[in-house]
Amino acid sequence: MSSRQWVISSVRYADPPGNPWFSWQYLRDNSDTVLSALVEHVTLTTQAVAFAAVVGLPLAVLAYWFRPLTAPILALSGVLYTIPSLALLAFVAPLVGTTRPASVLIALVLYALLLIVRNTLAGLNQLPAEVLDAAQGMGYGRFARLFRVDLPLAIPAILTGLRLATVSTVALVTVGSLIGYGGLGDLILGGFRNNFYKAEILVGTVLCVALGLLLDLLLAGAGRLLTPWTRGARA
Amino acid sequence: MNAIDQAILWLNDPLNWTNPGGILDRLGEHLWISFAAVLIGCLVAWPIGLWLGHTGRGGGVVVLISNVTLAIPTVALLTILPLTPLGFGQRPVILALAVFAVPPLLANAYTGVRQVDPEARDAARGMGLSGRQLLTRVELPLAVPYLATGFRTASVQVVATAALASFVNGGGLGQIISAGFGLGMSVGGGQILAGALLVALLALGIEGLLALAERALTPRPLRRPGRFRRRAATA
Repeated sequence: MSSRQWVISSVRYADPPGNPWFSWQYLRDNSDTVLSALVEHVTLTTQAVAFAAVVGLPLAVLAYWFRPLTAPILALSGVLYTIPSLALLAFVAPLVGTTRPASVLIALVLYALLLIVRNTLAGLNQLPAEVLDAAQGMGYGRFARLFRVDLPLAIPAILTGLRLATVSTVALVTVGSLIGYGGLGDLILGGFRNNFYKAEILVGTVLCVALGLLLDLLLAGAGRLLTPWTRGARA
Repeated sequence: MNAIDQAILWLNDPLNWTNPGGILDRLGEHLWISFAAVLIGCLVAWPIGLWLGHTGRGGGVVVLISNVTLAIPTVALLTILPLTPLGFGQRPVILALAVFAVPPLLANAYTGVRQVDPEARDAARGMGLSGRQLLTRVELPLAVPYLATGFRTASVQVVATAALASFVNGGGLGQIISAGFGLGMSVGGGQILAGALLVALLALGIEGLLALAERALTPRPLRRPGRFRRRAATA
């Protein structure tokens, strides 16, 4: 403890020249650590968003089909979103166990779920009535209409929800480092605890932001490919 | 004894409330940090948002700021700011939280002014109002519901995010959770759950309180019954 205090005070009063924000040396020496943190981050993010999508889309469709369910589902997800991420993690961890990434994953899924349900439902509810009438008139049943008409037309809204969920999940994963499964967050907080190792903090942060923006771009690109009809209208 | 019983026991110990660094102290810190952060956020975001909305430029900027801010992990900002000349203590924490308060405030101020009926704007101009008078006498009052929504979103977000300040010893209710994790699950499990409960209740309480205040403060003609209420921009 005494050595740690000494280091804190030395950083505070005289920044040692050996602790720059940017350091290629750090990246080269610790490429394995950085890479495994990145992999953990990507894994947690994709798992969380995938789970949330698998659960959230049917939930949104249910709320779309059965109007009375809309308010409760939206209210529940709204309350969930108000609960702070740290508190949610603290609720889940003692019940699931702190030694497993599942605790982090559950908290992440709950947050992503809300964004996906909300946006999907908004997209489905905004479909033009004439189009739905036409589909009905052509003899589409409930499921056929859902898969051939409703969902494809709601793709832009669904994708907006997915993109929001993905970017905020990437940022939220870092909170998991409190129980040791934070991906790049482990680098950020590790650097903070390890005598304020600035290069480590910055690498974690930059990779995190870059990952968020990259995944956002990928999803935006996928959206363009999936909805060729929107391009003509906009141009 | 399971974690839930432990949590109830922990909450029932009066010393945990009144001790230095107890619940009441942490609650005070939490509220002060959140208040200061939201205040700074308002002072920065509202003038810019109103002005951008008034001139009708900068829609792209607003979206860009929201997206990038969403991608920055709170943990990273909380870790980096204390290492800058800002130093340790509450100042970097307040600033970091203010950054997260800006997007909803900015987006809603911008949307609030933009949604003003162009005919009302034309009429005001026809009556000889200058640009400044137009902003303060017509656009600003009509944007109040949006400003209120933005304020509510930002406040709840900041109160919820302030729990993360405990990562850098910034104080607040999150500190109780962090301390619990520090003790380990068998000893601190109850404290973790109790802290989570307190933080979640505070966030939900603030949300409810502000919802009531928003309703009371919105000028009567602008209160719309639920069905016609336009959805404000959330970011």
